[in-house]
Amino acid sequence: MGPIGAGIAALGAGVGIGLVGSKAMEAIARQPEAAGDIRNNMILMAALVEGAALFAIVVGLLG
Amino acid sequence: MKVEFKKVTLLIALLALGFSFGIAQHDSPADRMEEEGHDEDAKELTTGDHAGHDEHNTELEHGESEEYDPVATVMHHISDANEFHVWKGVHIPLPVMLYAPEHGWTFGLSSMFHHGHTAVDGYVLNHGRINRVQDPSFPKGEVEVGHIEHHVEATPDGDSTDVYYVTHEGNEYKLDPPSTLDGGMMGGGITSFYDFSITKNVFTMILALIVLVLIFRAVAKGYRKNEGKAPSGIQSFFEPIFIFMRDEVTIPMIGEKHYERFQPFIMTLFFFIFFCNLMGLIPFFPGSANVTGNIAVTFTLAVFTFIVVNINGKRDYWEHIFWMPGIPAWVKIILTPVEILGLFIKPFSLMIRLFANITAGHIIILSLIGLIFVFGQNGASPGGASLGAVIGGAFALFMNFIELLVAALQAFVFAILSASYIGAAVEEHHHDEEAPHVAH
Repeated sequence: MGPIGAGIAALGAGVGIGLVGSKAMEAIARQPEAAGDIRNNMILMAALVEGAALFAIVVGLLG
Repeated sequence: MKVEFKKVTLLIALLALGFSFGIAQHDSPADRMEEEGHDEDAKELTTGDHAGHDEHNTELEHGESEEYDPVATVMHHISDANEFHVWKGVHIPLPVMLYAPEHGWTFGLSSMFHHGHTAVDGYVLNHGRINRVQDPSFPKGEVEVGHIEHHVEATPDGDSTDVYYVTHEGNEYKLDPPSTLDGGMMGGGITSFYDFSITKNVFTMILALIVLVLIFRAVAKGYRKNEGKAPSGIQSFFEPIFIFMRDEVTIPMIGEKHYERFQPFIMTLFFFIFFCNLMGLIPFFPGSANVTGNIAVTFTLAVFTFIVVNINGKRDYWEHIFWMPGIPAWVKIILTPVEILGLFIKPFSLMIRLFANITAGHIIILSLIGLIFVFGQNGASPGGASLGAVIGGAFALFMNFIELLVAALQAFVFAILSASYIGAAVEEHHHDEEAPHVAH
């Protein structure tokens, strides 16, 4: 069961990081001069989304 | 465009070939053998018998391997060790400092264990890690021992664990797991002895420390020499990183007023994690240790952030945790426990994020390299091995490039998140709609 749970967590994180990335790209297209700020915030948000998924993966595989 | 299309088709064809080989594997004799092996394990679990043993792990270490166990090999490579494994039979020994409460200190080099063939004061080297014989009747001093046996045993709560036995003069002695402080996540646990040795991880951390001190002393000298002038030498390489860390990380996250106090801490975190990540990607001697993929190391780094954040917490920070202003009282009762939990979840997520990212990267690369042995059926099929080398090698190269990015990205994420937590702690909030705070 553990690996299945880890896989589902990876799915969720994939959707989440995809949304973060797509919205950031849209924002950069609208306002190219703010690309630097948007990129930093994008990485930060992606890291936070990924954090939740990694909890699930660590619990799924090692727990 | 056409060339691109051809490349993509070729790649898909290669992938399909790889998968078809993977599927064909299911009927191979090696696979059947492994399944039988599993049956044997299952039998052992049900009977709790020690007689039918599964020795391939120990044999792998001694170079008489019959069967390749991908999971054991990967776990062996990502965990810490008391010696550097260079080549089959070639090891670089590291100093060992061991302490057992009932016996006292044992010092020496890890070469004194002769890779599991000699026990010193009841300690033996098992898979590169030091294990201890718990039994007090085991002789002290240097003793020749037989081989180390691996059993899978059932635990009282229905799970199975790996247990190792060492043979000496016909008797079997049970080994304690290696001493670790990672709560047993990487195969250790709370044990009867303490291991203060310079292990692979400690060695690599000391090396990173020396490299960082040498580089930053040179850079600091450059700043004194070229004051007000353009940077020169190694200073030119690091100046853009310093400027980036200041202008993109600390100033926006902590604020103009306080950022200078925390700049050294954030920069140290960033460069230490970055250097350790990069050294973990070197597959041979000075690197090869999975430092930032060890949960004890990331735990320590996260504890530093936790301490720095909370000793710098201003009145507003604590007020927002214990009694959030501007919301109804019944919400405060729910919110306060959540905020107190959040205090610990923040560093905990820092710890897990770095550990899981680096460990996952190492596992993927090791699994791709392991394809060579899986396709080659432990040397029975040289053609399969070369196919595995081509496919696994190509993907491992690709993953190594991704890992280079991840090495920088995770160091940056750790630094920027620490900076944002510190920023939240030192920030002064202004609630204009509230009555002004009474000064204490």
